[in-house]
Amino acid sequence: MAVKISMKVNGKAVTAEVEDRTLLVTFIREHLRLTGTHVGCDTAQCGACTVDMDGRAVKSCAFLAMQAEGASITTIEGVAKPDGTLHPMQAAFKENHGLQCGFCTPGMVMNAIDFARGNPNPTEQQIREALDGNLCRCTGYHNIVKSIAAGAKAMAAGK
Amino acid sequence: MHAFNYHRAGSLAEAATLAGKGEAKLLAGGQSLVQAMKLRLASPSDLIDLGKLKELQGIKSDGKSVTIGAMTRHAEVEHSAEVKKAIPALAALAGMIGDRQVRAMGTCGGSIANSDPAADYPAAVLALNATITTNKGKYEADKFFTGLYETALKPGEIITSVSFQVPKRAAYMKFKNPASRFAIVGVFVADFGTGGSNAVRVAVTGAGPCVFRQADMEKALSAKFAPEAAAGVKQKKEGLNTDLHASAEYRAHLVTVMAKRAVEAALK
Repeated sequence: MAVKISMKVNGKAVTAEVEDRTLLVTFIREHLRLTGTHVGCDTAQCGACTVDMDGRAVKSCAFLAMQAEGASITTIEGVAKPDGTLHPMQAAFKENHGLQCGFCTPGMVMNAIDFARGNPNPTEQQIREALDGNLCRCTGYHNIVKSIAAGAKAMAAGK
Repeated sequence: MHAFNYHRAGSLAEAATLAGKGEAKLLAGGQSLVQAMKLRLASPSDLIDLGKLKELQGIKSDGKSVTIGAMTRHAEVEHSAEVKKAIPALAALAGMIGDRQVRAMGTCGGSIANSDPAADYPAAVLALNATITTNKGKYEADKFFTGLYETALKPGEIITSVSFQVPKRAAYMKFKNPASRFAIVGVFVADFGTGGSNAVRVAVTGAGPCVFRQADMEKALSAKFAPEAAAGVKQKKEGLNTDLHASAEYRAHLVTVMAKRAVEAALK
């Protein structure tokens, strides 16, 4: 059975007919073709699918698209400025070598942006705890932690 | 996951009617249920989404109890100034569930209705002598959890809120699985400061097939609320879980260790 769904994604209103069982990440990747949001584990552990829903970082593989009805979603494609200027958190990941293969990075950045909004000057411990739900198999997390510290600072400074 | 029919409930009454049909299941945050469906461990015919029911959301505190709406997200409880003031151990427990993205979606009512043997909320429900309110009536905490993923809820019955009693002091200590963040053993200790032999309640999650109260520890801590009183009580390993993460014997040992640490934390 198909159901009708409407939400805002990266500021644009979208409406579609989807199967009831469509996950939010499936809707984002396969219906909207926004493939920056990744599917890593598909079991709600790795966080590669993290997007922002109404101001909170959530795992888009862990619930149904229908649960996002009427919501405002931001994906990694929606965080840079229209002219291509990176979001301060993206810039911080680039400057601090916060990625290697890059697979986990969209989820890391989306979670980090939400975290930094509520924690403008986080401690290393707070950052590491905030990363509980994001797995990286390349970096050992060290530079990710550095990136988030720098990104949080830059966001607080309004850069 | 297998196909199902999705329904967005517009009212509690509508949700109850829909939930009573066939193999329907209620959908709260979906952080357990949707994962179980993806693994085909659950294949409901219909899903009734409670997400738009405003009357199931919110936190109220009146000094004697803290009432949490069933659809209140873990993150809201974790950061609630009211909960932090009235029962800091409850806010701390909510902040230990899963990870921050899961806490942004997962709900109090969903966790309790699911009765996962390693979930955190059931320990708070039992130790804080909570009352579970549904669309059909009320349950005492002691009569609510009946077994592995089993509760006293009847088909079509929907949790609307949970009222936790405010203790004099309390703490929750969790030895977590580093991968899943579920409790290998979690112990919630609450001292209601009433004196007498039932002043303290101790609830254990993660160790057995279902959350349970540790009566010997409650007795010892009611007599003397001190870490050594908890440390002196040994948990029997019989009936506890053995899996790839920990043996029953190890879990039994952890019950005492976590209880002792919880008392230490409650006294701080």
